[in-house]
This record gives sequence, C-alpha cells and structure tokens, in this order.
Amino acid sequence: MLSKIQIEDIAKRVRINIVKMVNEAKSGHIGGSLSGVEILTTLYFNEMNINQDNIKDLERDKFVLSKGHATPLLFAVHAEKGFIPQEELMTFRKINSRLQGHPNMNYVDSVDMSTGSLGQGISAAVGMALSYKAKGLPYRVYSLLGDGETQEGIVWEAAMAAAHYKLDNLLAIVDLNGLQIDGDITKIMNPLPIDEKFKAFGWNVLTLNGHDIDALQQAYALARECKGRPTVIIALTVKGKGVSFMENDYGWHGVATNPEQFALAMKELGGE
Amino acid sequence: MAKMATREAYGKALAKLIVEDEKIFVLDADLSKSTKTADAQAANPLRHFNMGIAESNMMGVAAGIATGGNTVFASSFAMFAAGRAFEIVRNSICYPKLNVKICATHAGITLGEDGASHQAIEDIALMRSIPNMTVIQPCDDIETTQAIRAVAKYKGPVYVRLGRSAVETVNSEDYVFEIGKGVVLRKGTKVAVVATGILVQEALKAADILKEEGVLVTVVNIHTIKPMDKNLLIDLAKTHDVLLTCEEHNVLGGLGSAVAEVVSQHHPVRISMLGIEDTFGESGTPAALMEKYGITYKHVLERIRKLLDK
Repeated sequence: MLSKIQIEDIAKRVRINIVKMVNEAKSGHIGGSLSGVEILTTLYFNEMNINQDNIKDLERDKFVLSKGHATPLLFAVHAEKGFIPQEELMTFRKINSRLQGHPNMNYVDSVDMSTGSLGQGISAAVGMALSYKAKGLPYRVYSLLGDGETQEGIVWEAAMAAAHYKLDNLLAIVDLNGLQIDGDITKIMNPLPIDEKFKAFGWNVLTLNGHDIDALQQAYALARECKGRPTVIIALTVKGKGVSFMENDYGWHGVATNPEQFALAMKELGGE
Repeated sequence: MAKMATREAYGKALAKLIVEDEKIFVLDADLSKSTKTADAQAANPLRHFNMGIAESNMMGVAAGIATGGNTVFASSFAMFAAGRAFEIVRNSICYPKLNVKICATHAGITLGEDGASHQAIEDIALMRSIPNMTVIQPCDDIETTQAIRAVAKYKGPVYVRLGRSAVETVNSEDYVFEIGKGVVLRKGTKVAVVATGILVQEALKAADILKEEGVLVTVVNIHTIKPMDKNLLIDLAKTHDVLLTCEEHNVLGGLGSAVAEVVSQHHPVRISMLGIEDTFGESGTPAALMEKYGITYKHVLERIRKLLDK
C-alpha cells in the first residue's frame, strides 16, 4: 500500500504527463483525463493486483477504460507503473505509435480491452467478470465510465446483466464531472440521477468525492466486501481538475493547449 | 434425401463441443430454442449464459469473456447479430481480433412467415466488410457440423451464417471441410455456378436437369465467403465463359460482389448474379418466398439457359 503522500505525488506526475501528451500530440482529451487522475492512480497502485510479473496473464485483475478517450490518463498511469516507458508517452496519437488515440489491447500488454466507442467497455467488463465467476477465479474487474457515456443504452443492458448474474467481482466507477463534448450533461441529455438508476438495476451504489484518495480507497474496500451484487462508485469530480482555466469548462473536452496555455498549465501543475 | 436445418446441426455440434472443451462459452439472447444453443445449455448449463433481449451487450460480453483466452459462441438471429449489434461486433470483437464465433441463424428470406423485419439479406455484406472477420455459410448439416468444429479451433472472429429451414444434405459422410477452400461439386464447361448456402442444393438440381439434356455445368460450393478461395475462382474464370453466382442475400455486397472483386482484378470474365434483387422480403412460406424472390432451381436453370444462349 502506498501512502496518501506517495499517491498524491504520482497523481501530480500523471497530471503533468496528461497535459504534455495532449500538447505534444496537438490533440487528445485533457478534461476527462484530469478528472479521473485520483480514481485511476489509487486503483492501479493500491487496489488492483497488477504488476510486471502478471501483466501478460490472460486471466488476472483487469481494468477496462470504458470512457476510452481518456487514454492520456490511462497511459500516464501505466507509465508510472512501469508498463509503458516514460519516453514513449510523447508518441501518443502519432503515426506508428502503440499509444493510439483510443486504447488498443493488442499493442500494449497493460491495456486489457480495446475501447473507444462509448458504452462497450462496461459490456466487455461484464464478460470478464462473468467468465471469472463461471471458472471460479478470484480476480476482480474494474471499469471507468464517463457520465455522458451513461446516455448509451448498452450501459444499461450491461448493468442489467451484471446484477442478474450477481457479479460482485465487478466494480464500475462513473467519473461524474458533469460535462460532455457539447456542454452540461443535464442540458444535452440528462442522465441523472445515475445512482438511482444503478440502484434500480440492483447494484450496490457508493457516492464520493472522486478526488479524495482516502474516500476512494475506502470505497474499493467496501466494494470487495459487498457480496451478491456488483458495485458502482459515483465519483463526483471536476473536469480539467488541477489546471485553473480548464476546470469545469467543457471546451477542454478534446482540444490541445497553445504554447501560452501549455506554459501556464505546466506552471500550475509544477511541471517543467 | 435427408433434410436438416443448418441451425439444428449447429446446436448438436455445439452441445458436443461445450462438453469436450472447457474453454468454450456460449451466449444467447432469448432465442436459444430457435438458434438451438439450448442443446449446449442442456449439455453444460454452467458455460451457457442467456443475455436476454440485448444483442449489443451480448457481443460486448462475448468480447470480454474471450479476452481471458476463452472461445465464445454467441447466437441470435442474423438480423440482430449482424445488424443491431454491428458496431459492437466491429469495435469490441473484430478490432481487438477476439476469439468470438457469431453463429447467426434465421438468415435470409427462408426465415419465412416472420417477414421482412426479421429477414437479414444484408448480413454477408456487413460482416465481410469488417477487417479480421471470417465469414462462413455452410450449405447442409454435414458441412455445418464440420464448420463449427473448424471455427472452434480457429483463433479469431468468425461469422457463421445459418438458416431456419431444413436443407437437403448435399455432402457425403466422408466430406472434409476446410476454411477458405471452395468445393467443386460438378464439373462442366462454359458456365460455372458459384453458390452458397441453400442455393447450393438449388444449383445442383439445375445442373442435374441440364445433365439429362447432355449439358454439363460446373457447380461450386463457396462456404467461406471471406477469405475467398481466390485460386479456385481464378481457375474457374480461366476455364469458363461465365460465372453465375447464386445466393440467398441481396445481390449488392454478398457472394456475387465478393466473387466479382476477385475475378475482375485477376482474370476478368463475364459474371451473372442471382440473388435477392435489392428488395425487402415479406411473410410467406420459405418455398413461396424462394419462388417469388427468384432463388429456386428453376430460376438458376432459366438463368443458365439464357447465359448459354448468348
């Protein structure tokens, strides 16, 4: 278990890399990557059993990035874990790179599912969890969804199936930052209340501040203890978290920084 | 002549496989009695999962199960497996090249009385256009049994097109199925009939009638529409004046198109295409539908006669 200070230190480097990668690629999804930094850092360092020794195993703890556009976040965390060389991060979204705009599981061992088309990741995560149950394997499956993503019908097909088959080895996390590409989720197509919807489908629902490291880790422990049904964490987050001019601005969903903005962001994040 | 629907043979083959191979999982979407995966469920209920009326999620779940090194058979009607779930098949199964076998039944108009909403005449076009996908349509029970065993061994996504109605057994017991290899059933000159699925039995009937008149035509069963047996097609193109493709599918994008793509680029020869003429079907018995939409042996015969006249 890493200490809170160690996690915070990693989260800081992850944020810097997210901004650097998107700046270097001149494209990518900054806002929704920055909102999930604490979620994914705690998950990979203090919850999931995934390391260099088991990374190539077909069956182990798995993570599915259902909000597949948050690749800067995923790859930056994998670089911290040592799964991807740090210097490779700057090839993100460039020709011949393993680091595609949306994750490809056949290019990178640490990517557990190819995703990108919203809603499909949680469905695949249900399949993983179902197969572990059927085979009596002890592994757990984790999946991070966007809040706008829950507008996709397949999310609820998957939610129904996960509860039906009592997949208590599945933990979904909804990164509820309140914004999607076109704006406020409640104005575009209101998916709220997301917690009540999951409850109605038979899930164990936990709601917390998605930037609170202690709260996240407590919730992961509670999810492990919950038997007979899957758990979803509704993580209340800030889109663009950590960079003042990006926070809560849907305009930063999928655009890159200009040189001035990049310099300012680096200064705020404590990067070079 | 013995008659059995290819879906029946699929159910029986899968019921054996699920017992023999512990890596096999089977998914269905509330149609297990129709798709015949109910046989596999009876054989091993622990690795058969009904996903309810939610074909998109079924395909995503299939992909997830396959990531663990398992072989997943997912079944529904062709309309929903290839149509409704298309994008999940494309992005979650074919793009990561996962080991999922989509065994879609009730393909084509011989689904019958349910009508056009359920009659998939576009599924070959949809499925063969996805990179990494293999597309197979067996023509009888013997071929289906072997094809299911072959695709279970093959690593990667496969779409198997199966029918609702009973079809005649055209292959003998010693028949050997190989993915990607077309089967020459009759040898003749001038016209080579290249057929798939239920049209294989119709093509053979037409060829037999012509034989009695002293006219020999070639009949080839193309069970694997992708990858296409390029060498066989080029050979047919070199040795015949015209190729006649026959299929229970829209003439746009199906077997005819796949054959034309190969022949036009490697050894251009005249091609005639017999299939559903870019129109929706309707309710009716399979026989009445085949008659109305022009895909019986009589239509094949008439087309061959026209081609021979020219």
